[in-house]
Order: sequence, then C-alpha cells, then structure tokens
Amino acid sequence: MANFYTDNEALKHYLSHPMMEKIVALKERDYADADKYDYAPQDYADAQDSYDKVLDIVGEICGDIVAVNAEDVDHTGPRVVNNRVEYAEGTKKNLDACRKAGLMGMAMPRRLGGLNFPITPYIMAADIVSRADAGFENLWGLQDCAETIYEFADEEQKQKYIPRVCAGETMSMDLTEPDAGSDLQSVMLKATQKEDGSWVLNGVKRFITNGDADIHLVLARSEDGTKDGRGLSMFIYDKRNGGVNVRRIENKMGIKGSPTCELTYKDAPAELVGSRRLGLIKYVMALMNGARLGIAAQSVGLSEAAYREALSYAKERQQFGKAIIEFPAVAEILSVMKAKLDASRALLYACSRFVDIYKVYDDIAKERKLELDEKKEAKEYSRLADAFTPLAKGMTSEFCNQNAYDAIQIHGGSGFMKDYACERIYRDARITSIYEGTTQLQVVAAIRHVTTGTYLNWIKDQLSLECKPFVQDVKETLDFMAQQFANAVEAVNGVNDPGYLDFMARRLVEMAGYTVMGLLLLEDANRNESFERSLRVFVKLGQAEVAKHADFIGNFRPEQIKNYLYEK
Amino acid sequence: MSYNIIVLAKQVPDTRNVGKDAMKADGTINRAALPAIFNPEDLNALEQALKLKEMYPGTKVTILTMGPARAAEIVREGLYRGADGGIVLSDRAFAGSDTLATSYALSAAVRKIGNFDLVIGGRQAIDGDTAQVGPQIAEKLGIPQVTYAEDIIEVKDGKALIKRRIESGVETVKAPLPLVVTVNGSADACRPRNARNVQKYKYAAVPSEAAADEKVKALIEKRPYLEIGEWNAQTVDADLAQCGLPGSPTKVKQIENVVFTAKDARRVENTDAELEKLIQELIANHTIG
Repeated sequence: MANFYTDNEALKHYLSHPMMEKIVALKERDYADADKYDYAPQDYADAQDSYDKVLDIVGEICGDIVAVNAEDVDHTGPRVVNNRVEYAEGTKKNLDACRKAGLMGMAMPRRLGGLNFPITPYIMAADIVSRADAGFENLWGLQDCAETIYEFADEEQKQKYIPRVCAGETMSMDLTEPDAGSDLQSVMLKATQKEDGSWVLNGVKRFITNGDADIHLVLARSEDGTKDGRGLSMFIYDKRNGGVNVRRIENKMGIKGSPTCELTYKDAPAELVGSRRLGLIKYVMALMNGARLGIAAQSVGLSEAAYREALSYAKERQQFGKAIIEFPAVAEILSVMKAKLDASRALLYACSRFVDIYKVYDDIAKERKLELDEKKEAKEYSRLADAFTPLAKGMTSEFCNQNAYDAIQIHGGSGFMKDYACERIYRDARITSIYEGTTQLQVVAAIRHVTTGTYLNWIKDQLSLECKPFVQDVKETLDFMAQQFANAVEAVNGVNDPGYLDFMARRLVEMAGYTVMGLLLLEDANRNESFERSLRVFVKLGQAEVAKHADFIGNFRPEQIKNYLYEK
Repeated sequence: MSYNIIVLAKQVPDTRNVGKDAMKADGTINRAALPAIFNPEDLNALEQALKLKEMYPGTKVTILTMGPARAAEIVREGLYRGADGGIVLSDRAFAGSDTLATSYALSAAVRKIGNFDLVIGGRQAIDGDTAQVGPQIAEKLGIPQVTYAEDIIEVKDGKALIKRRIESGVETVKAPLPLVVTVNGSADACRPRNARNVQKYKYAAVPSEAAADEKVKALIEKRPYLEIGEWNAQTVDADLAQCGLPGSPTKVKQIENVVFTAKDARRVENTDAELEKLIQELIANHTIG
C-alpha cells in the first residue's frame, strides 16, 4: 500500500510551479475542450486537480505493482520465443495495469485518444515510474515516440497510429546499428521504394529497446549511394504487417526487464514519415531531445530510489550501539545525496517547463499564425529547452550514478550482496549516462550555449530576482560562482582554438550546471522553505566544484593539452 | 449477450493499519481515526463485474452502497474503475442495522433497481467480518447464491460458471441467473482507476453533496450522468420495522477490549513429541480447535 506520488512532496511543489498556469492555458487553448470532451478541464484549478488525481493513480500503480515486481523482473527478464519477445511476467502485469489505468499516450491530444497532458506532469509520471523500476520506464516511456508521429507525420498516419498508442500499444525507435551508435550518420538499413510508391526495409538494427514493439519508428537510408545523414529518412513499421524479426536479446548489466534487441528486416513494409532526407537531421534530433528529457526523468527517479534505500538502511542499521545515520560520515553522504537528488529534480522540471512552452507554441502555429510576441517567446523557450535538455540529461545521469554508488556504500558489505535493492539500482543507473547520447555528447550539445551565453544570460536574469532574506547569503555565493563561470568562459574563448574549447568543454558545462542548479534550488527554497537544507548543501558542493574547475582552467597552459591527447 | 450487474460495496474504516486510537472507550470503532476505504473484497467483486463487462459488451455495472452521503466516494471509486453508475442507499432509519436489517434494506434496493442478472459482492467487510449480508440478500430475493467465488469464468445460456475457493481446494460450479455471488480476496485484484474516467467522473455526486457546491450543481445540470442516485427507505419501499435498530435482532451485550498479555517467546524442540504436547496445550486453552 505505497503511493510513490503522495509520499513525495517535491512532485506537488513542481506541479504547482507558477509557470504552470501559463503552460496549461496554452496547452488547453484557454480550456476550449471543456464542453467538447467529458474529461477535459474547465479551468486551471480543474486541470491541476486532474493532474494531481492522475499522478495519484501513477503513484499507486508504481508503489503497489511496478516496484513490487521489479526484483522478479530483474531476475527473470524477457526472452525470445520464435523470433518474438516475451516479457517477464511482472512486466506483463505492469503493462496491463498501465493500460487499464489509461496511462499511455498521456501527452497526445484528446482528438487522438490522449489525455492532452503538458510535458511536465507527463515527465512527473516518468519520474515516479523510474523510481519503481527504471527498466519498466523504458517500455512505458517509449510512448514518447508518438510525439514524433504527431509532430511530423501526415494526418492519416496520426489517425492511424496515435489512437493505438493511447490504447496501449508499445513503441520503439530503431536507430542504432552495429556500425552506427553515437554516429547515426552511418546508418545503413536500406529503404527501397517499390514501383507502387510503397517502401520496404532491409537490413539489421542493434541495441533496440523494446525491439518487438507494436509500432516502430525506423531510421533508414532511402537515398541510394549517399553516405551521410542527408540520405536518411524516417519510417513507421507496423508489426501487424510482419517482416521484422528479433534475432536476440542482449544480456545487459542493468535495466534487465527492458528487452534490448537485435532486429532483422526482410522486405518489411514501412511508411515514410514527413519528407525524405529529413530523417536524421530533423526528426531524429527532435525525437532525441524528447528521449533525453525522458532519461533525465529516469535518472531523477533512480536517484530518488537510491536515496530512499540508503536513508532507510542508515536508520535501521545499528553499529557501535546506534543507528549508523547518527555517525557524521554517514549523515554527510546522505545529505549530499539528497542535495544532488533535489537539484536534479529542480533542473528536470525547469527543463520540462521550457519544453512545454515551445512545443505548445509549435503546435499552435499549425492552427494559426503566431503573434509577434508569441513568436519571440517561442524562440526564446526553444533555445532554453535546447540548452537545458543536454545539461539536464548530463548532470542528472551523472548524479544518479553517484547516488547509486553512495547507496551501496551506506549499505556496506550488505550492499555488495544481491539481497538489497541498491545493487539493482546501481546496475540500472549505469546506462543513464550512456544511452540517448553519452555525457560526453551532452557536453558537445551544451557547449554551444556556454559560448553563446544562453546559460549566462539565464543566470543573470535569475540573479536579478529578489530573494527572501534567509537565503540572501546563498544568493551571494551563487553570484560569485556565476562570476567564476563567466571568467572561465572568457579565458577559454580568449585562446580562440576549437581544440582547446573542446578540451575544456566538460569543465565549463559542469560550471554552468552547478550554478544553474543552485539557482533553481534558490527559487525552490524561496517558494518552499523545506528546500533550504538541500540548497545550502548543494551550493556548498557547487562552490567547491566551480572553484576546482576555475583553478584548473586558470592554471592551464594551452600547450599542456598534448599530455592528454592520443598520438598515433 | 449483455447483462445487468449490481455490485455491492461498502465503505469501511481501514482496520488493516490499526493504531492505538482505533477504538473508543466504549469499545466501538473510532471511525474518525481510521480512513474510510473501499472494502477490499468488494474491490475483488467489482473486478469480476468489470471483467464480465469486457467479455460481454453492453453489460451494465451498477454500484450499490449503503451508508451516509459520503459513501458516494465508493460509487465514484467504482466509476473511476469502469462502473456505469451507482446508488447510495442512505437514511437515518438504517442507522444501527445489523446484518439482517442491512440485507433487508439492500435487497429492497436491488429489487427497486430491478432487471438484474447478477448481484456480486465481496465475501465479507473488514469492519464486521460476518460474511452474512451477501447470503442473506440471496435468501431475501429468493434466488441462488454462490459464495467464496474466485473467478466468474463465463456466463452463458442463462447460467454462470464459477470457480469457488473452498477449504479443501477449488470447485467449479454452474448456477442459473439471476444469482448472488460473493467473492474471495484471493480473486484477481481490482484494476486501477482509469485516468480518463477519473477526470470524467471526479465531480459525480449525490444530490445532497451537490447542494453544497454551486459549481458541482451547475455541472451536474449540464451533465446528468454525474448524478449519483441517492435513495432512502421510502424510495425502496422498505418496511421501517425491518430497518435499522428495530429490524436488528442482534444485541451487543458487551465489547471487550482484548489486550495481548503474553510477553515471552517459548522455544519448542522440533520433535514429534514436543509438538504434540504443544498442540494439546493449545487445544486445551482454546487457542486452536
């Protein structure tokens, strides 16, 4: 009888963020659906109440079903039977509960069978699901792919596929191949157009999450003879048509309930999505941004799980006549874990709000011409979302790994045994900083916004806001961190060498990350004093990290790079 | 073929997590200290009804609950999970009902709803644990009953095929409609609340609730399906002599607050002789047997 939503007050705190009122009004087109659909909200309070009630369902399913099944799913995992994936028993039960609860296609519009939820409450559900079982989050979270169909496919395709997703059919995004991982431009899967204009797919995909999904989005080479990303297009493959088989499931370290498949395509019929040649450069990029936000949510959920496991063990475990949490060394680890968790969640939802606003403007732009100020706002939030998504994915996934590591440390020798959930969380967490773009690739995406000033401008805006007196001192520290960050950017830019910038990029992005996350916690503490402790612990940590990077950059001579580089 | 199903559900205090303030000094339940929940086995019963609704499209599931107006929450919980409507049977005249008076009032309401094929309820409620109301309703309606049901496998040709959980194992029986079925906690758990239904029905209310909220009242006028039936003794043509305290032959003489006094654990050797000795002792002091 657990509820992973109601037992976590931070979620309500972000659900009721002041910016939500605007997001919901835009998403609901000023509540125009109110009399058209019996489940549409009448006004903002009504919408909030609905999100709250639906998240309560998510929390209950996760606490009572998904979390309970997690251990067994981790042990048994899915298997391949006659070229098809058979999920673990627990996974089937989880999916059945989510379908019956109507939690698929949450962000899709009502006319296509969805709940028309903004991204923020949807991501909140992903956060909750991940805490219960990060592997299951992959299957449930792939409903995200419907977003790509909604954005780029034609009306007929939307009508054909999205209601099926909302009714509970699962999805996959088939991108990776044996020789095309981070470098998706090298995708080779061949798309051939037949005389009647229809397409068929031939080739192999690897590392495909939920590869036996009902509906696949597939990246394939439609332009014969091309070698780069501009020869790739996006296709929908419908499992009902046949032609794709599962050759094997990978034996992974973690998220074992989520089948990672090798697929063979043999004249598999497929439908083109949008325009030819835009598969990678436009559609996959959009798909990836959504997926990265999903992994940030997964990371936050895992961080939450790791922290809770560690906390309850530290309170129970007695040594030297008292609970180990009473030892400062243990208490410190826990307070830092909590601070990293809270900072991660603050960044996750800041990012989701930015995504919400620009996406809803994109959608409105399909119905009518945007006003000039709307256009400006859409552009601004699109840039913020573009900057905050890699930052969120990078920072939260690294923190979730650190928290998972510390959770085991708190458990001591018991944590190294298979008996406690922390070892599963540790294994599950490891993938978050790898898939949907490694942390190193997030740095590549984020560094642009370091040099062009997206982060710095946002930081400056935040620092110009009033804060309550009890956290004024923290604001001054954050101001100082921002200065050090700005100085470091200037120093690196001053060298004027792309190689040097590349070398320092991770440090600069982390400086941005610590400053941004600290400022977000400052905003949270302003609104809710229960965040003060995490704010203070996190900013103390951030101050030291930013100083460390400032020191490294300040004392680095460009010619020292050669000590780090590989020479053939 | 489609069916009309009535699900009997009771709002009960959550006695599964009892704290020290769960009982009042006079030995009665302190309802204020315990959250009101959907009686667990009634949820198992609702799942059977909803499963049949999926199997036989057009089937209609109505929740029937007896209690104060706030028991409308039980009907809403049912609507969230897929029930089609519900009725709260509420009257001061029903206060103090024992199982006999309760089954009388509920059977009168079932008759009033009329045209039903199945009446499904949980085996028993966790506040009384009598398991008498379901069977008594069947008797009062003069129709067959199947108790301890674990799965209503199918309904065909006017008969229901039902798996029962009995002491020695399971048995599968066939019984003619109309029929009362009581369902065990070992049956499938109820499905979760559905996100769309929750948004659709969250303002559903009985008239006495709606009267207190202008917004809800206006909405119900626009959307009549949001009105939950609120019936009283008169609505169901109940004979007041058979209702509430007057209709309840059960008299509570005394309620004893039992406090476990045993403190020490005792170790018993794992030999046949020692175990036999223990069993005899437990039988002698009426702990078992």
